Amino acid sequence: MEDAVVVRDLVVDRGRRRVLQSISCTVPRGTVTGLLGPSGSGKTTLMRAVVGVQTVTSGTVTVLGRPAGAAELRRRVGYLTQAPSVYADLTVRENARYFAVLHGRGHAEADRAVADVGLADAGGQLVGTLSGGQRSRASLACALVGDPELVILDEPTVGQDPVLRADLWARFHEMAAAGTTLLVSSHVMDEAARCDRLLLVREGRLIADDTPDAVRAATGVDDLEQAFLRLIRANEAGREPAGRERA
Amino acid sequence: MNLRILAATTGRILRQLRHDRRTLALLVVLPTVLLTLVYFMYVDQPTPPGQPAVFDRVALIMLGFFPFIIMFLVTSIAMLRERTTGTLERLLTTPLSKLDLLFGYGLAFGLAGAVQATIASAVAYWVFDLDTAGSIGLVVLISAVNAVLAVALGLFCSAFARTEFQAVQFLPVVAVPQLLLCGLFVPRGEMAGWLQAVSDVLPLSYSVEALQEVGRHVDPTGTMWRDLAIVSGAAVGALVLAAATLRRRSG
Repeated sequence: MEDAVVVRDLVVDRGRRRVLQSISCTVPRGTVTGLLGPSGSGKTTLMRAVVGVQTVTSGTVTVLGRPAGAAELRRRVGYLTQAPSVYADLTVRENARYFAVLHGRGHAEADRAVADVGLADAGGQLVGTLSGGQRSRASLACALVGDPELVILDEPTVGQDPVLRADLWARFHEMAAAGTTLLVSSHVMDEAARCDRLLLVREGRLIADDTPDAVRAATGVDDLEQAFLRLIRANEAGREPAGRERA
Repeated sequence: MNLRILAATTGRILRQLRHDRRTLALLVVLPTVLLTLVYFMYVDQPTPPGQPAVFDRVALIMLGFFPFIIMFLVTSIAMLRERTTGTLERLLTTPLSKLDLLFGYGLAFGLAGAVQATIASAVAYWVFDLDTAGSIGLVVLISAVNAVLAVALGLFCSAFARTEFQAVQFLPVVAVPQLLLCGLFVPRGEMAGWLQAVSDVLPLSYSVEALQEVGRHVDPTGTMWRDLAIVSGAAVGALVLAAATLRRRSG
């Protein structure tokens, strides 16, 4: 089966700064792929390129067989921005119902999306009165309400308590098992272990593209944080990036 | 465009307004308070022979002007918030079309402007005895179209502001020259040629002329309909320009 996302030689400049330096990677369908890297490494830019809202300098991004940003993809791709982009002066339910209509869904789907992120009891509350973690879950509900084939989530678990984080990750895996493809960014390394595949980005370059087990095996350490440190050092020493061969 | 999405967007904007009680109260009360001020300014002024009372002349134009400035301000801030909070970028990744969004704003705030114009006109006619040859319905219609024009200009201008500080400063830029040159202070025919030329390209001049036609004539005149068409055309034009400022892709 073709990959959900195929990125080839993607270069993005922002002003005079090169934010992504020739990145090539793929996201297989029906998996949870983690996009890991420190703040400022280019994770958000890569995600925006996949959604099709990022002006790119060169290279191609193919999403579900179509060029990223194609009009037809707007109903098939869900996007959660890093800063919660929901209307603070609407209730959680009103936000979800509005985004549901945009995706051709009804009130029932909206209410289910709100319940799925654990906000059923706060449905009637104005988003502006929610805590940071609740607000970002309200935003998540709006990204998932259209039941998209590909979901791009930029740091969806920041500020969530550990129990909720575990719930959300369980939900992501349920979605993947049902055939949805998820690309989830995080800068928390303990979340890397929960992903089916990992993309590690640093300073605009891809330094790993593999499964967590293969990353552990290639570096000879069990802890992914340590493994990433080794990859980064190896990379800085000028060696070839670890990970699978790319065509 | 998609009617379901357009209706949902209009409803969403009105719902946001409904949750903001203070703004609602200001929208309703503000024109009335300002009209009261205008009334007491002119109440003791002598009426020039053979002309309408000064209050009648000024208040009629103000009925068109108040919804214009208020809706311009409300819209440019609302749209700027869509841009700065990331909801705009998010909306543009969904099947919503740019025109769904812009016409949604036009309908929602146009409706709010119409309600505002209705309340202000009712107060002007029944509390302050505003006297016009034509009907109050036409005054409300012209004021409502004026509000839609203000919404369209606000949507367009918000593209050039990065902060709310900047956005509010577009109000004097857009509104004050139109007010000065609309014919309220100096009749347009008596202005210097170049000022008249500037006045001719400012849409508010036509809504003021339309209102003056209602003031002078019992039945709607051809000039009034032509002016109303020009103002509507300017509103559609500003909406199209605003659409051009919405970019799905950015750096």
